[in-house]
Amino acid sequence: MPDGMQVDYNGLIPNNVGLNDDARVRKALETWHPGYIDWWKDMGPEGFQESLVYLRTAIGVDPKGWAKFDYVRMPEYKWGVLLAPAVEGRTIPFGAHKGEPAWQEVPGEYRAMLRRLIVIQGDTEPASVEQQRHLGATAPSLYDMRNLFQVNVEEGRHLWAMVYLLQKYFGKDGREEAEELLRRRSGNEDSPRMLGAFNEATPDWLSFFMFTYFTDRDGKMQLEALAQSGFDPLSRTCRFMLTEEAHHMFVGETGVARVLERTCAAMKEAGIADPNDIEAVRALGVIDLPTIQKKANLHFSLTLDLFGNEISTNAANAFNAGLKGRYREDKLTDDHQLTSDTYPVLRPRDGAIVEEQVPALSALNMRLRDDYVADAQAGVGRWNKVFEKAGINFRLTLPHVAFNRRIGEFSAIPADAQGRVLDAAGWEAVRDTLLPTEDDNHFVVSLMQPEHRAGRYASWIAAPKVGIDNKTGEFEYVKIHE
Amino acid sequence: MTATDTLAAGAAQAKQHVIDPEVCIRCNTCEATCPVGAVTHDANNYVVDPSICNYCMDCIAPCPTGSIDHWLTVATPFTLEDQFGWTELPPEPAQEPADALDAEAAALIADAHARAGGRATAPASAAKPRINVFNRAEPARATVAGNYRITAADTDSDVRHLILDFGAVPFPVLEGQSIGVTPPGTDSNGRPHAMRLYSVCSARDGEKPGANNLALTVKRVAERQPDGSVFRGVASNWLCDLPRGATLDVVGPFGATFLMPDDPQADIIMICTGTGSAPFRAFTERRRRAMPWASGRLYLFFGARTPQELPYFGPLQKVPDKLLDKELVYSRLPDAPREYVQDRMLTRATDLAALLPRATTHIYVCGLRGLEDGVEAVLTEIAAAQGIDWQALRAAMLADGRLHVETY
Repeated sequence: MPDGMQVDYNGLIPNNVGLNDDARVRKALETWHPGYIDWWKDMGPEGFQESLVYLRTAIGVDPKGWAKFDYVRMPEYKWGVLLAPAVEGRTIPFGAHKGEPAWQEVPGEYRAMLRRLIVIQGDTEPASVEQQRHLGATAPSLYDMRNLFQVNVEEGRHLWAMVYLLQKYFGKDGREEAEELLRRRSGNEDSPRMLGAFNEATPDWLSFFMFTYFTDRDGKMQLEALAQSGFDPLSRTCRFMLTEEAHHMFVGETGVARVLERTCAAMKEAGIADPNDIEAVRALGVIDLPTIQKKANLHFSLTLDLFGNEISTNAANAFNAGLKGRYREDKLTDDHQLTSDTYPVLRPRDGAIVEEQVPALSALNMRLRDDYVADAQAGVGRWNKVFEKAGINFRLTLPHVAFNRRIGEFSAIPADAQGRVLDAAGWEAVRDTLLPTEDDNHFVVSLMQPEHRAGRYASWIAAPKVGIDNKTGEFEYVKIHE
Repeated sequence: MTATDTLAAGAAQAKQHVIDPEVCIRCNTCEATCPVGAVTHDANNYVVDPSICNYCMDCIAPCPTGSIDHWLTVATPFTLEDQFGWTELPPEPAQEPADALDAEAAALIADAHARAGGRATAPASAAKPRINVFNRAEPARATVAGNYRITAADTDSDVRHLILDFGAVPFPVLEGQSIGVTPPGTDSNGRPHAMRLYSVCSARDGEKPGANNLALTVKRVAERQPDGSVFRGVASNWLCDLPRGATLDVVGPFGATFLMPDDPQADIIMICTGTGSAPFRAFTERRRRAMPWASGRLYLFFGARTPQELPYFGPLQKVPDKLLDKELVYSRLPDAPREYVQDRMLTRATDLAALLPRATTHIYVCGLRGLEDGVEAVLTEIAAAQGIDWQALRAAMLADGRLHVETY
């Protein structure tokens, strides 16, 4: 067993980083802990803190210790500091320092940049818990409620992961940043979360599934890029987080798929062949397919903004410094320095969208976004299999990357879902066919009636194909504390 | 051993590890986790190479979807190309969960369950067991952290409470499961000894909560033979003599049906003799730790020759009646008639009769072969007095995962 695999559960903070022998960091984290619990109780899942939730807790960071399922009250969840096992002799995989031994301490010249990367990643974790805190009240099943809470506790653990790095490696600055992570609030006018999509409301479960599919997938891409980092503690932290993040992808992908399945089944039962007969489909108590497409358009476009400007010197600097790599850098076969490469970037030019070659180093955000789009597209293809299987003539598509953007090259131009550049009037004319309207949102929210009976599902969503931890259909995933 | 190896060795069928493409979300966790590079993917599917997968199970727990926990019985393994083309798994007759992927362990469990009167299934609410996490090629190394005699020193019955610590290696086990050990050395024919299975007697979170260890209840087999010699069991004597600090290889865990219901309303009737008490010690400890407030009750009918020979006699006195309704039954008390567990069950007929028809009642029998016959007879009698056809009820309970027999 390599060193650092064992998780110490004896102290207040389960960890495999030797906190017991590190009095300074242990004390810092123990000082931070009450504030975290207060934050969780104030801003975590509302109304279910006393309920017993069938949650997965990692009891070790090697594969065999990965998943221990049991009923847990969320405030008693074992949030801990878990790093993937160290790789012996690891070197910095890219950038100007490529081939040098990976850093075990913060390289002084990159201290500010590294802190910024960690804080931005860390800020998204509590943000999504805040965004989702009211959803428990309208859960379409105990199964879904459990999945929501699993996502929430793991986002909480991801916050711990980032806070550990701040406390351990950034001294007083790190402590202050850790406090700030608990102080900012999603959607708060005075102290909002740092990134736009994390200040949007998550008003209903379809939004939640779309968020976990599209926006948590950005998290996956960012973690994949940071897992390549030459700063070894960050790399190891992110590698372990990715295993948890996969569960969030699962909740989103299967959640949307189950909504599609239920709508298709209801349409077939009622003999409705036209997916655009929205009134008739909504009368069945299911979500019509065009509205689902609009929700996908919204969440996809909001998430693209998270990748930042297509052309970015910050991204180039982070890569050059060896701090943030590309998606699965270790699988790429170029020189990992990109000093003379170019990369194609889409940009608006004279009323049209054109492709231009730019220096690859400055186009790293664009590249990560392209990898993201390909990853997201694959899942949409699997959603479309639901229609094929049901014999419903409909396809979901991802809108063009220029659609509905607030950040980057396309923020200045309105474009439709095919990437045709529009004028203001043209945009107004199509807006309501491409993004959810108030009416659409109102309808979806009207369906959000809780279903708390074990094994039962709300009218608008199908049961999952398999249970969590192979549980059978009647399993009580949450024992609700009245 | 891979599926391809097994078939090459002349087996008619082998288990092939496959991924359900309808459930998989292509997150790459399995491919990143697999230590031998058996998982690969194309644009369509993630698949397992049957010529590489060695059933090490490393990929099972990290998978967020459960799609990777699928095993097809095949005569010829599906190739990578077959699997890349799937949009859903090929059809296969429904199967019970396997007790073990190790043939020797599976045979031992099948034999222990042979007297259940039909195919056993796990209680619906039971936690999902992990099986074969460690195999003989890659066993878990355990250290003996304690070895205590739990019968009186002045009796012939030497029963030991053995605590095995796994150090940094997580060994996931549920109450009611067994582990496998093989004594060192060879038998009189020069062949390696056969594997032995022992039920764990500790709760899933360890002998002490949070400790990465488990406990066994082991009786030293030393039987006087008709010719005056003494037969000494190889495995039991080896285990009972292991000093603190000794190390041994452990495989498993095994067993997918003799598990406790994870349901606070479940009433659990536990009937045992001797070391058959091991799983029930685990059940009781689990209930005490996880659901002390449970409305369901635990009933223990535990037989031994004398109190001095009853494993855990001392500690059992301290278990509150509120948690555990105890009936300790002795067959060799001086100045008392011989009493067996089935006799005491008859004494408690009123309570048992009330429990039998309830859908929340679970019955477990564990001990030496033959115990089940007496239990059967008395349950038939108690049921009949209520106008209940025990055979029909037991069949329903068996199918429901609420009746379990493990005798050896």
